[in-house]
Amino acid sequence: MKFLIGLHINPAVLDALTDDEKAAIGAGHGAFIEELKESGELITTQALVDPSQAAVVTVRNGRPVVTDGPFLEAKEYLGGFYLIDCENRDRALELAARIPDAAIEGLGVEVRQVMFADGQLEA
Amino acid sequence: MTAPPLGDLLRELTPQVLGTLVRRYGRFEGCEDAVQEAVLAATVQWPVEGRPDNPRGWLVTVAARRLIDEMRSEHARREREAATAAEVVPEDVPDHDDTLVLLFLCCHPSLTAASQTALTLRAVGGLTTAEIARAFLVPEGTMAVRISRAKARIKAAGSTFALPDGAEREERLQVVLHVLYLIFNEGYTASSGNALHRPDLAREAIRLTRTVHAQLPEDGEVAGLLALMLLTDARRRTRTTPAGDLVPLDEQDRTRWDRELIAEGMGLVKAALAGPALGPYQLQAAIAATHADAAKAEETDWAQVHALYLILERVAPNPMVTLNRAIALAETEGPAAGLALLATLDGDERMAGHHRLRSVRAHLLEKNGDTAGAYEQYRLAAKATASLAEQRYLESRARRVGRP
Repeated sequence: MKFLIGLHINPAVLDALTDDEKAAIGAGHGAFIEELKESGELITTQALVDPSQAAVVTVRNGRPVVTDGPFLEAKEYLGGFYLIDCENRDRALELAARIPDAAIEGLGVEVRQVMFADGQLEA
Repeated sequence: MTAPPLGDLLRELTPQVLGTLVRRYGRFEGCEDAVQEAVLAATVQWPVEGRPDNPRGWLVTVAARRLIDEMRSEHARREREAATAAEVVPEDVPDHDDTLVLLFLCCHPSLTAASQTALTLRAVGGLTTAEIARAFLVPEGTMAVRISRAKARIKAAGSTFALPDGAEREERLQVVLHVLYLIFNEGYTASSGNALHRPDLAREAIRLTRTVHAQLPEDGEVAGLLALMLLTDARRRTRTTPAGDLVPLDEQDRTRWDRELIAEGMGLVKAALAGPALGPYQLQAAIAATHADAAKAEETDWAQVHALYLILERVAPNPMVTLNRAIALAETEGPAAGLALLATLDGDERMAGHHRLRSVRAHLLEKNGDTAGAYEQYRLAAKATASLAEQRYLESRARRVGRP
């Protein structure tokens, strides 16, 4: 079963962390990735740039309009994700709980099963 | 008689050759690679140079040579003597088929079900890593890691190439059957994405189960599982519309069910039911046979289906079985009785929010005339499923009963 583990970040929460805490998160992700690669459960993981760099594209009257809204008011953003293939939902939840972000107040890790997939698999 | 297509022949021979090599040299990981290389060589050479008189012997020889080359380069001088000695081992290819032993090895209890499935398909099914990856919609690299890790685990567990005895053998056979059942289901129930490669998996599961049945003809559960697969696969053509939408059992065009598969499945069920103790696969096959026996949906012997689910509930208790029994109960005693039985599942955390519980409840509410309740349950069920085809079906049912 495939699951997307979404990492919801809050830039304010991240900024408040000490350098050591930030380094621990990085190291924690590194170890987690290695472990998933070895178990054959990792399909891909991607991290996204800071939300201040994000743009929202809409088409109005046939013309594309690029803005930085309407999500600007939200405090949490999708910071990145893991796409995994594991035995069942329980295993996905168990893995998600091991992501360092899950242990930090104000950050969230969301688990959703994949319903449709297409495209190149060599991620 | 014409020769079988090359792919089929190689698929048939691969596990036998692998079995022979592992029996002789005892190192599963290296043997597996060597056999894959020999099979690859055969695919390239045979169409050009013609098939050898003894294809299996050819493959064993080529694979053994590859393995020995590998052993040589691996251990250089120290291993050379052993390798040379191995090379002159007399041709002692046993007459019996080692596929079953190989299956037992691939379904080693130290592996997860996902790894057992992948390894079984690769080592016994003869599918390439790319094919298996495609069938499970994961990148080839992911699948390759999973397979090589599974092989390393078996090695670490120090498993010997022999059938276990007594209770352990019975236990391992259960794992083998479960893995074959999982492979079949993966092939039969398209869960997401492009389903093109899935029928291959169902066919492969049936082929492998046939092999096990040929070696253990007396085992009722093996026969039961094979029957269950055949009777289920017989309905494949009628399960979806050309657009890929689901067609429920009572609306399927039964004249298009595969009569040959049904006849074979029915024969197996009859023989299996004559045996002493009934296991879950035999009971499920008997239920499938009862459905296959009815020329029209209205002619289904629901009392028998219900009785079989009652026994199944006792032999292998599981909320899914109770759920299915509720459907049968609703047919014999009315939707209210079915709904009452469903209510007993509400406290079961394995079923909480499960789309199957909601969709069955929706059907029974609809039958009972509660369109508002049915509409809500169909919508909730559609939201809860991870299958697009199922989602479309449930949404269409919701539209049919109409928003209250």
